[in-house]
Amino acid sequence: MKVLVPVKRVIDYNVKVRVKADGSGVDLANVKMSMNPFDEIAVEQAIRLKEAGQADEIIVVSIGVKQSQETLRTALAMGADRAILVVAADDVHSDIEPLTVAKILKAIIDQEQPGLVLCGKQAIDNDMNATGQMLSALLGWSQATFASEVEIFGDKAKVTREVDGGLQTIEVNMPTVITVDLRLNEPRYASLPNIMKAKRKPLDEKTASDYGVNATPRLEILKTIEPEARAAGVKVSSIDELLEKLKEAGAV
Amino acid sequence: MAVILLAEINDGELAIDSTAKAVSASMNLGEITVLATGTNCAAAAAQAATINGVSRVLCAEDVIYGKRMAEPVADLIVSLAGGYEHIVAPATADAKNIMPRVAAMLDSMIISEATAVIDSNTFERPIYAGNAIQTVKSDDDKKIITIRTSTFAAAGTGEAAQVEKIAAVADPRLSSWVEDKVAANDRPELTSAGVVVSGGRGVGSEEDFTLIETLADKLGAAVGASRAAVDSGYAPNDWQVGQTGKVVAPDLYVAIGISGAIQHLAGMKDSKIIVAINKDEEAPIFQVADYGLVADLFEAVPELVSKL
Repeated sequence: MKVLVPVKRVIDYNVKVRVKADGSGVDLANVKMSMNPFDEIAVEQAIRLKEAGQADEIIVVSIGVKQSQETLRTALAMGADRAILVVAADDVHSDIEPLTVAKILKAIIDQEQPGLVLCGKQAIDNDMNATGQMLSALLGWSQATFASEVEIFGDKAKVTREVDGGLQTIEVNMPTVITVDLRLNEPRYASLPNIMKAKRKPLDEKTASDYGVNATPRLEILKTIEPEARAAGVKVSSIDELLEKLKEAGAV
Repeated sequence: MAVILLAEINDGELAIDSTAKAVSASMNLGEITVLATGTNCAAAAAQAATINGVSRVLCAEDVIYGKRMAEPVADLIVSLAGGYEHIVAPATADAKNIMPRVAAMLDSMIISEATAVIDSNTFERPIYAGNAIQTVKSDDDKKIITIRTSTFAAAGTGEAAQVEKIAAVADPRLSSWVEDKVAANDRPELTSAGVVVSGGRGVGSEEDFTLIETLADKLGAAVGASRAAVDSGYAPNDWQVGQTGKVVAPDLYVAIGISGAIQHLAGMKDSKIIVAINKDEEAPIFQVADYGLVADLFEAVPELVSKL
């Protein structure tokens, strides 16, 4: 079984986000970028399936600016077999919408015929939480989102999902799209020899138009602003003083 | 212009708070039809019909909607979509599973976790874990929107609108439900609770998390946790407050042993009053707290419990 894993290049999760004063967006120039943390978990899960003999080949795909090839190299160094880069934007500030990403992924999947797609549940930049579900819909496949446990047996997958009240276990027909949540696994670091090896692994470069997909966004971004800051509060010195303040405010 | 709004119903029970908040967010978008789904959802549908602003309720009862699996529910919504310009749901785990699927089937983008409705095409939504707010204008004929309920007041209730039974559509038979593991407790639901008490890594262990629970019970509060506490195994994931967990905005939020990572603040900074207890006076949580107490939580929390 081939496993396809889409990965996104996003601002590193440790970097403090700065909103540009002119309202045009978040400043991404000269900022450390990394693989979306949820996508790392998806790559790790694919590698574990391969190690368990349940997958033969792992294809990683990134859709965005040319620099996304660094993200793909990271996935290759972790253990993916080959990569496809779809260049769909020139400016690092332009985000490709989940619907467009899903359409391009569908075209790739029609060619590659993987038996499973593993993706992160959301990207930490646009926080859409949509690509996996959209891809599943376009393919007419089953979907299992927010996975914290995945077991594949034959033509079914058993997936435990993180839902509002706790955990839900479902069974889905294969092929399927699984979106992964934080607790599924802890991604490995790439070793130096594997980083070197990854440089020689195949990386195909394509464009959105190669797949006949129109990448024009459906949502026009009118402005991006910083959220209102909370006014600084006060420090209290004891529980008694805290209770007094809370009583004054009518909170207890 | 008309709105169809997916009611949050789990095992036949209406989550009236989140549904009524999505109704109030949709009030200016057009006439609101609520869609109730479930194996049995007549009672939930009748209750949803009393939410002010709802003009009718469609009730689709069938065993295939019992656990609200994404594929059959999305198919049902798409089959009804013709008459509506806006398809709305509160941004719960179920809706986040279902609505992007609906959007793609209708060749529309999803507008996730809207925090404000500017006009029928224009919405605000948080990005980068709430570190930026984006205003987006949709060019799609149909707008599919999930509503971040913490930023809207719940619509009230009054005279009941009419409820209409509708037939199920064919089950795509792509997935099946196996089991739910839902923690049973008598505490209020995290996202609609008036008071939330959360513990962080500073609590130190699963055993000591009972300290947080004791205080929560004393205050009639829901229990939350930071991602660090969840990752360390001190608390279950469905208690997680933050970008990757739940977003809450209670009247009172008590953060105990929580440093205040950006990802946690994203989930609670709209709370009315924030109290922080942390022994590290440099902890970023104090920058958003209305009342901060620099203290050892193992002394401060029992004292607080005894004095309440």
